[in-house]
Formats: sequence, structure tokens, C-alpha cells
Amino acid sequence: MSDSCPQIIADYAFRSLGFGERVLPRGDFTLCHEFTLIGSGLIWNIYFGVLAVGFGFFFATALALAKASPRGWLRRPSEWFIFVFRGSPLFIQFFLTYELLVMLPKAGINLFGLTIETSWTTSAWAGALFVLFLNTSAYSAEIFHGALMAVPKGDIEAADAYGLTGFAKFRRVLWPTMLRLAWPAYTNEAIFLFHATTLVFFSGFPAYQQRGDALYYAKFFADKTFNPFIPYPITAFYFILVTLTVIGLFGMVNRRLNRHLPGHIRPKLRIRPQIIR
Amino acid sequence: MFDTCADPKTLEGLSWLLCYLTTGKHMMFYGSFFVVIALMVIVAPVALAFGFGGAIAARSPFAPLRWFGKLYTSMVRGIPDIVFFLFVPVAMDQGLEYLRYLYKCPHDGTPVWANNEFSVCAAAKLPLSSTPQIWHEVYGFSLAVIAFAVVFGAFAANVLYGAMNAVPRAQLETAEAYGMSPAQVRRRVLIPQMWTYALPGLSNLWLILVKATPLLFLLGVEDVVYWARELGATKSQLYDYPHPDWRFWYVLVLLVFYLSMTKVSEIVLGRISTRLSRGQATMAGEALRKAAA
Repeated sequence: MSDSCPQIIADYAFRSLGFGERVLPRGDFTLCHEFTLIGSGLIWNIYFGVLAVGFGFFFATALALAKASPRGWLRRPSEWFIFVFRGSPLFIQFFLTYELLVMLPKAGINLFGLTIETSWTTSAWAGALFVLFLNTSAYSAEIFHGALMAVPKGDIEAADAYGLTGFAKFRRVLWPTMLRLAWPAYTNEAIFLFHATTLVFFSGFPAYQQRGDALYYAKFFADKTFNPFIPYPITAFYFILVTLTVIGLFGMVNRRLNRHLPGHIRPKLRIRPQIIR
Repeated sequence: MFDTCADPKTLEGLSWLLCYLTTGKHMMFYGSFFVVIALMVIVAPVALAFGFGGAIAARSPFAPLRWFGKLYTSMVRGIPDIVFFLFVPVAMDQGLEYLRYLYKCPHDGTPVWANNEFSVCAAAKLPLSSTPQIWHEVYGFSLAVIAFAVVFGAFAANVLYGAMNAVPRAQLETAEAYGMSPAQVRRRVLIPQMWTYALPGLSNLWLILVKATPLLFLLGVEDVVYWARELGATKSQLYDYPHPDWRFWYVLVLLVFYLSMTKVSEIVLGRISTRLSRGQATMAGEALRKAAA
């Protein structure tokens, strides 16, 4: 008979990070196995999602400003970057980056006597995170750019009248308004980025020692048991929780961004899948 | 393909490249682009039909149907689409085989799901193991189409549901005042009028569909990604055309293919949008009217 559920949780809760039992369960898969291991994989989805959105936010702001710039040498690269990452499938971006990273010299790059290691770049935690970061930056930049273009003319004139210029004007008027307008669409983007993290271990990046994400383990169970009706709904359950958490957190930010507005015109956070990715 | 290609090892330069790019496997690679385009073209109307059903169900006055419609439209918000792509084909396949098992197999008491296996008797297999290879591929492709249609149907249902609610109420009331029945209002006013509101969402959905097609690779269909990896992998001297790892260049070709698909789609969709805005009581329609006047 298989182990008790607390034992299974102790063995496999951090399996995706390489702690606990070395071998994945063989035969005799219980619901507890599936919940624990898929939940363990979810750590990776959260890792990729949080870091990509977190870093991507700042890069996206910079890209959006560059795209709105009247200077061609700033605007054009940013337009191209956004077009390439929004116009091509994430799956292809993963493959392409992986193949590119594999082509780096194995021994490391020698730069002014310093040897830069390259082998770590092909592992998922670094390479895939980098791709997700660039990808979400491009999508968010497009959202931020749209919001920046929608900042009311009156706000800018008022800022000018107060004598605000340059960074102060951006920091105190443009940026808060841009975020406020972009926030519902940006919430969508964050949700679908979390969903996109399930693609990582299907796209060339190897799951070293079978340390994978939630969907990697779900597929493992589905392949082993020939029964897709248990692991995939469990994954779906976990992702609904993630989605609700993201909506909750972004909703809090949304309330803070709109706190100066009178109650009845405060925009509610509504998820509109027609403007996804 | 060409007579000069009979002995590839002796070739050099441009003629080598020409022969290399016209090998049988490369022809299958080029063919797989049509598989991908076929998927988009087949999925789009099927998904639209699914979406239509979902949107109508979500507006239904009959509560269980409405709940089903709402559930269907909201499932894609919480669950990654890749989960559906992995789940639907296997579930469909097992479901169909189970149905066939019920009336084609002798029932001797052996369970269908047992010992981590799903097994039905040979007569219930789909497609039968005696059918030619091409039908196995068609079957796999059809399951992929259904998986895509389920996911994109749910997205489309969202868009169409929103669009139906966006049609000005006054237009529907006018139709009712003319004495049309609910079905007539739906058919003659609601559906023709909703397209202009649905188009931005549907355009975006088409672009998402284009970008989701490489996931065919995950479903075991021999698509562009499969062939790019196959052809690009290092070929030793045992092969007719030995070369180092060229996967990067093959995937780069795919990137360019998808970027051009996006660009062309954007141009075409822009034209359709202009066409549908004509005479509409929207900002775009008003802009067109002013431009013409």
C-alpha cells in the first residue's frame, strides 16, 4: 500500500525544486500524489510569472515611452521590438532563444580576461524567464503606449500650467494617469502571462532531473495513467486559484490608483478576454 | 528532384543548396505550412460556430442553458489554453473509443480503465489499426481541430456575447415595434448589427489563433515546428547532406513566417473593419461619413 498523505506531501511538496524524494512516484498514483506534485510544479509557474511581470513592468514603461518619443532612433527600435514579440508565437520565441543560447560557446566567453559562464543560460530558470520577460514587456508596452496616448489633454495642460516639466511631469501626472487607464488591460496581460508559463517545459528547455512546472507533472500523470480526467482538472483548479489571486492583487492596486476619483465613476476591474495577448 | 542531385556529396555551393532545399523531407516541410494554414482556416469558422452557440446560450432565458453558456465563456479566463490542448484530444479519443466499446466489444467484465491502462478491444479502436496511415493522421488532425475550436470558441463566445449586448437597445426596440418575434429580431437586427462591435475582438482572436498554431506540435501533428527541428538537427556524414546544428536557422524561418502572417492579417482585418463601419452609429462610422462628405 502506498504512503499516507502527509508522508507524500513531505516527500514531494518541493520535488520541483529538487528537494525530497528523488524518483517520481511509480504506479499506485493516488489523488494525494497528483495534488502534491502538480502543486509542487506550480512553484515554477509562480516564479516565472511573478519575476517576468515584476521586471517586465519597468522595461514596458521604458518601451512605451520610447514608442511615444518623437525621436526616430528611440521610437523605431521600440516599435520593432514590440512588433516582433507581439507578432510571433511565444512557443517559437522559446525555441529560437533556446537554440540561440545553445550556440553560445560551451567554455564561456572570454571578455577582457574575464570568463563569462554561458552554460546556465540554457536552463529554464534563466533562459525561459528571459523570454517571458521580453514577451510580457512587449505586450505591456503596447498597453501602456495606448494608455499614454489616451491621457487627457487637459491633464497635460494643467501640469504645464503648474510649471511641471520633464521627469517631474512624468512622475506626477503622466505616469499615474497612464497606469490608471492601462490597469484593466494590464491585469488581463498578467493573467495570461501566468497561463503562458505552462509552455516553458514543452518548448525545448529541458526539465532537469524531472523538475518541471504544474503542467509538466500533469502530463506526466496523464501519460502514466492514461487517464486525463484527473490531472488536468487538478491543474485547472490550481490555475483558477492563481487567476483569482492575480485579480485580487491587481484589484487592490486598481483601487489605490483610482482612489482620488469620486465613487460612481471609479472604473471596476473587469476582465475582458477580447483584449488578451 | 533534379537529375544533378543524384550524388549530393559531389555538389558544392549554390547547386548543393538547391538540391538540399528540394529533398523529399524539405518538400514535406513546405507542405506542413499548408497544414498550419489549413488548421487556421478550418478552426476559424468552427470556433465561430462554437462561440455563437456559447453566446446565444449565455443569453438564454432558460437558466441551465444560461449557466452552461456562462461557464463555457468563463473557463478560458481561469485555465491556461494549453491545458485544454493537452486534455481535449485525449479525452475525445478515449470518449469515442469508450462509446464504440459499448456496442462493438464483448462484455466479459474487464474494466476499460485498469492498471494505469486504457484498453478497449481491437474492434473499438479509432481509427482501426488496419486503416491506412493517412487516416490516422487525419484523425489526429481532426482531434486537434476540435481542441482548438473548443478553446477559441470560448474566447469567441466572450467576444460575441459582449457584441450582442453592445447593439443599441433602441435598434432592437424598433424591430419589436414593427411586430417582429424574438427570433426575427435576433436574425434580422441583432446578428447583422453586432458584427461591427465584435470585429475588434474577433480580429484579435484571429491573431491569437495564428500564434497558437505552433502548439499543434504538442498534439503530435507533424507541423512546421516538428519539421524545423527534424531538418535542423545535426546530420552526420551518414546522411546525404551532412550539416551541423541548423535548428536556429529553421526556427528563424518560422519566426519570419509568423511575423508575415501577422502583418498580412492586420492589413486585411483593417480593410474589413472599414467596410463594416460604413453607415454605423459608431465613431468609426461617423469618421467615414465625414470623410466622404
